[in-house]
Amino acid sequence: MPHRTILHNRVALLLAAAIAAAALTLPFLGFAPNRLLSGRPVALWAALEGAALEGAADWLVLLPGAVVLAVPFLRPGRLVSVAYVAAGVLFAVGLVWLAGEQAARLAANAAPAARTSFGAGFWVMEAAALLAAMDGVRRLGLASAWRIAVGAVAAGLIGVMLASGRLDQLSILKEYANQRDVFAAAVVRHAVLVAAALVPTLLVGVPLGVLAQRVPRVRRAVFPVLNVVQTVPSIALFGLLLAPLSVLANALPGLGIAGVGPVPAVIALTFYSLLPIVRNTVEGLDGVPSAVREAARGMGMTKRQIFLKVEVPLALPVFLSGLRITLVQAVGLAAVAALIGAGGLGAIMFQGLFANALDLVLLGAVPVIVLAVAVDAALKLAVSIIGRRAA
Amino acid sequence: MITFERVTKRFEPWTAVDGVSLTVEAGEFCVLIGPSGSGKSTLMKMVNRLIVPDEGTIRVGGEDIAMLRPEDLRRRMGYVIQNVGLFPHWTVERNIATVPTLLGWPKARVRDRVSDLLDLLKLDARRFRDAYPHQLSGGQQQRVGVARALAAEPAILLMDEPFSALDPITRGALQAEMTAIHKATGTTIVFVTHDMDEALKLANRIAVLDHGRLIQFGPPLEILHRPANDTVRDLIGREDWGLKLLAVETVGQRVRPDVEKVPGAPLPIDAPLRQAIAEMVARGTDRLPVVDARGRPAGVLHLSDVVRS
Amino acid sequence: MRPGSTTVRWRMAFLTDRLTLAVAVLVALVLGMPLLKPLFAAAFPALDRPLYEADSFLALTLDHLALVGLSSLMAVVAGCAAGVFVTRPSGAEFRGILEAVATMGQTFPPVAVLAVAVPVMGFGPKPALIALTLYALLPIVENTVAGLEGVPEAVLESARGLGMGPVERLFRVELPLAAPVILAGVRTAVVINVGTAAIASTVGAKTLGLPIIVGLNGSNQAYVIQGAVIVAALAVVLDFGFDRLAALSVRWRRG
Repeated sequence: MPHRTILHNRVALLLAAAIAAAALTLPFLGFAPNRLLSGRPVALWAALEGAALEGAADWLVLLPGAVVLAVPFLRPGRLVSVAYVAAGVLFAVGLVWLAGEQAARLAANAAPAARTSFGAGFWVMEAAALLAAMDGVRRLGLASAWRIAVGAVAAGLIGVMLASGRLDQLSILKEYANQRDVFAAAVVRHAVLVAAALVPTLLVGVPLGVLAQRVPRVRRAVFPVLNVVQTVPSIALFGLLLAPLSVLANALPGLGIAGVGPVPAVIALTFYSLLPIVRNTVEGLDGVPSAVREAARGMGMTKRQIFLKVEVPLALPVFLSGLRITLVQAVGLAAVAALIGAGGLGAIMFQGLFANALDLVLLGAVPVIVLAVAVDAALKLAVSIIGRRAA
Repeated sequence: MITFERVTKRFEPWTAVDGVSLTVEAGEFCVLIGPSGSGKSTLMKMVNRLIVPDEGTIRVGGEDIAMLRPEDLRRRMGYVIQNVGLFPHWTVERNIATVPTLLGWPKARVRDRVSDLLDLLKLDARRFRDAYPHQLSGGQQQRVGVARALAAEPAILLMDEPFSALDPITRGALQAEMTAIHKATGTTIVFVTHDMDEALKLANRIAVLDHGRLIQFGPPLEILHRPANDTVRDLIGREDWGLKLLAVETVGQRVRPDVEKVPGAPLPIDAPLRQAIAEMVARGTDRLPVVDARGRPAGVLHLSDVVRS
Repeated sequence: MRPGSTTVRWRMAFLTDRLTLAVAVLVALVLGMPLLKPLFAAAFPALDRPLYEADSFLALTLDHLALVGLSSLMAVVAGCAAGVFVTRPSGAEFRGILEAVATMGQTFPPVAVLAVAVPVMGFGPKPALIALTLYALLPIVENTVAGLEGVPEAVLESARGLGMGPVERLFRVELPLAAPVILAGVRTAVVINVGTAAIASTVGAKTLGLPIIVGLNGSNQAYVIQGAVIVAALAVVLDFGFDRLAALSVRWRRG
């Protein structure tokens, strides 16, 4: 090894340096008199000072940060890695908690319209803390399921804080408080859009994939079309569907079709979702070794038995990874669909962008990201459980 | 047991199997050999209807197989291929149990059968029963492949270059296993290979194919002594023909029933002559004592008798 | 020459044709859209202004291309550098975390990344540029690492055996062999960026998305169609262009 000095983990060193620099130079929070004005910066040390004046033990948040700072210089081992992971998670969670506490302190002496929002320093430190946890999990040599588990623990702790109301004075949650019903409806609508597109995608895509895998002519015809569809930007596809669907809506008023709204959104989402599903169905079936197929045939399995007992289980992990790509993609595209009036979390996000209400933007965008990451993690977990048996 | 009557299969533009007539007797170990593209695999795959002949008839136990449902036919035969083709998502046990399960055997019987087969193929049941194929070495995988093919006690076992991908030591061990299994079960075996040494070692009869035609069909010694044409001579190898002969002929064929006392450890009467020569060279002698299967003296082997043609 | 090369040439000619056709359609749409005004007027008689005239489509297209091009260029430089760094012995320690970030980051929907950039950096083309660059980095880094990692060990060993130094190995062996994979990453990034850049008109960047957004907000379907058609054509042109580049890169690799 080129470096046999006291430095044992340069990744942790980089992350620790980022944390230290962000803590010292970037605003931890922003405090504004109302939702439309930009705020004055609040540094991390100011937040801690505020806590000290009240005799609160918020400085304990710095402890896991200190552990991350120390890790680069500790001799690597299982214990150090476990501490590294724990410190990363606790620091990430602690920062959120500290932000909530400080927001509450600032709100106590300000008008109700005042807003405390996350600053650049918070985002950098939060990201570095989560990366430290990821790096630690990797160094422990654990399977990807563990990475998901660690992420779930961090998310769970933040969830508990959200539920307890300790974060209620943060601007994004104040915004949430104003939009509670709208938000709940948007989440449901978002999920419904994704699910509604998934049904026709699976009904068409899976048979099409099976057919394309068997018939080269179908394969040659299907993929160029789906590839071009995938290339066309979502906003353009939504726009292009607008005209034909409004014509259809005018011609057949009774069907509930319209150029704008959820229906064209679901149609466009279906077009996009087809490619990963068809492609991974084909790839999954292609991946079944020909020797396995020949052996199955040679032992007297019927075509149906070969398909159901051999091909489907072996193709399943690849198919599920296509489903994962499809769903993650659809979560993002459904947000764009808000532009054509489909509703969902994208509606909150774009409303914020058009009205220059930044907290509203976050209230829309952050859940979209969380939703995409959660869907991704859930399906990766499923693949790893199924894949372990079929490996 | 298996009869081919003027069987022809064309893959346009070439003819893979060209009017082959051939009978494999029950209990026989028949090896199909030939250069690549000779039609040996195609001929074998027509027996379980993985390939359907264009002309001619194939009978198994007197029945025309064209009249049978392919799946039923295949479940009556074992099938082993070069790339093994174990189901990667099933345990060794479930892999071996494939055909018995398809045939609807009761669970207990399947389980007992799997245990017997693991024993037969010298696989430790405790270690391998619940293992997945990817946890096995190439040789172990092919042992499971053979066990799977034997699972439903088939009367016929079809093997398509089953040991070609294995290293020489593993291949040798599995060849010995096949000889033992054949002796113990009396299964009719049709075995495809391009390796003449393997064919000579295993076969009761060897069928040599070239360009889809049957060139010669006979016991190993006959193939060695009277090769039908140059193709067969090439397959045998012109230079080490003598060595091949020594590998096929046994001590018993050349032993002198002398009562003369010869010192040294005796050779078994069924050892190949090649082993006898090796012993003579190693011990620096030109004669060796020979014993029969029960260890009683059976005579003396002289170098001069080995060398005479 | 082997007989295969004729097929390659024939396919190149076909690609050229397809690409030329797409470029011709794009240019015609960008420059000729005003000529279609009567058509839109006839199709949407209810609209006062059936043609988007606030900006010329040419200017919007060039701005769009500039945003996509600049962000992609920065991402290629930074992404390749990062990919090369983590595949050297000195940077190997960072590889795991970089790959994890690249994989995880790609699950973030681009539109959400774009939106989050606004509260952090404000409105205008600058946050759009940064968001697009960051997002483009992910597939490029991922593919650079995969491409360099995919160079067979035997090839590297023989390069070492021939006396090539680390720099020569990188530029003469590793990067040429990894080029098609890296290029595929750039293609993914560019295709995503063309779409995200269109949405960036909601955060104050002037792009081809502007007619679409203005049209959607003002119920002017003609605007929407005009913007959408050009964006779609642009995306297809770039995609076909990358097809061609991929074929060229394979040829270049063969020398």
